[in-house]
Amino acid sequence: MATTTQPRTGMKPATSLSNEEILRYSRHLIMPEVGMEGQLKLKNAKVLLIGTGGLGAPLGLYLAAAGVGKLGLVDFDVVDFTNLQRQVTFGTTDVGKPKSEAARARLSNLNPAIEIISFETQLTSANALELFKDFDIIVDGTDNFPTRYLVNDACILLGKPNVYGSIFRFEGQATVFGMPDGPCYRCLYPEPPPPGLVPSCAEGGVLGVLPGIVGSIQAMETIKLILGRGDSLIGRLLLFDALGMKFRELKLRKNPNCPVCGTNRTITKLIDYFEFCGVRGEEAPGPSVQVPEITPRELKARLDRGDDLFILDVREPHEYQICNLKGHLIPLGELTRRVHELDSSQEIVAHCRSGKRSAEAVDFLRKAGFRKILNLKGGILAWSDEVDPSVPKY
Amino acid sequence: MPVKVMIPSPLRPYAGKRDFAEFSARTVGEALGHLTTEFAELRKHLFTEEGKLRSFVNVYVNDEDIRYLAKEDTPTKDGDTISIIPSIAGGRI
Repeated sequence: MATTTQPRTGMKPATSLSNEEILRYSRHLIMPEVGMEGQLKLKNAKVLLIGTGGLGAPLGLYLAAAGVGKLGLVDFDVVDFTNLQRQVTFGTTDVGKPKSEAARARLSNLNPAIEIISFETQLTSANALELFKDFDIIVDGTDNFPTRYLVNDACILLGKPNVYGSIFRFEGQATVFGMPDGPCYRCLYPEPPPPGLVPSCAEGGVLGVLPGIVGSIQAMETIKLILGRGDSLIGRLLLFDALGMKFRELKLRKNPNCPVCGTNRTITKLIDYFEFCGVRGEEAPGPSVQVPEITPRELKARLDRGDDLFILDVREPHEYQICNLKGHLIPLGELTRRVHELDSSQEIVAHCRSGKRSAEAVDFLRKAGFRKILNLKGGILAWSDEVDPSVPKY
Repeated sequence: MPVKVMIPSPLRPYAGKRDFAEFSARTVGEALGHLTTEFAELRKHLFTEEGKLRSFVNVYVNDEDIRYLAKEDTPTKDGDTISIIPSIAGGRI
């Protein structure tokens, strides 16, 4: 076997492939659309992945497999057990490890000849420009609005393409922002939604394979940009509906009045994106309403004492199937219609999974005149942690 | 065939879980008006209190963004598809 090709760091552009590389990439090389010239472009390309989660997994795997010479992986998070349903770079033994490092190890095993750098850091306005400058293409695999606007603006300021993908439950979007005559993220969405108006994966769920498909599309678009082949998604928003198995396409136009990429730019440096998106700092958003609460231990004590409490469960029927406290089920969305099922003279404890939806229910019921109503703090998850560990968490 | 309004995933809970609705409408504004009359809860997700389309929601007629056509006065004819595209980020927030 020929000597193992070592990753090249900080050197002049490569002008040749080793015998081992030629063998590894043979299926690329035998295509005239790629050939030696194309494979060398891949070898000399430097791509930065923002996020190594659901979208980042197929992205990292396929870009490493394709021989992208330098891959940067930015993620400050650690691998969680619930990630394994979709973040396929990680294995069960990676739970608890920093994602950027676990991804680096996996991709390095797939392709030891490329340079892979992990950045275990949160991307912020303070470090984005510095991080991006050594890379040619940025790929957005993030999971929140503030970072998407940050990535967009940093790419425009530096003149780098931003290969965008996003998902929600069964739908995905993909496009390429940041090209000179093309639109940017702000051309499409000048302003973010207020927090709480669009649910996250933890609340809405996601079919695990969906980011696998959208992330693979992003990898494909990145490779096409590097090779200069095919029709890029610049100026086109690809919409994917997984349940209907339909792809649609919408035209994306560059907004001449865009504050960051338009003719009269007003944004010339990075801003505070958390403030822009109405989210305070790095804390997870707390319950949106303040309501009277009861802790799981207090509830258990009162039930053991024989107190006459009515347990109201405001989750969905399929959640009730997973686990329940034998409460009366009225999903939050049906509460307005079914409030007559509740007796305001009884003391009611409302719960959901984590305490957020039930807080809204308690707030609504108090405004409807219910005086004896409490929110179970932390929901059934906290009940499992503090009172009865046999109740599964999900 | 009337005008078809596609309802995206994040808004389906407020539209009786429907993924599309059909109306007779001569403009985009009329179609969205019918939509928010039939599904009143959708109104606050699509429009501000002043009745303006929210800026994180884009509306297309077929494959063109209405901001580059005539906005809510964009004419529609039978067989047109109106798509509502809210921004999505998946994951955390």
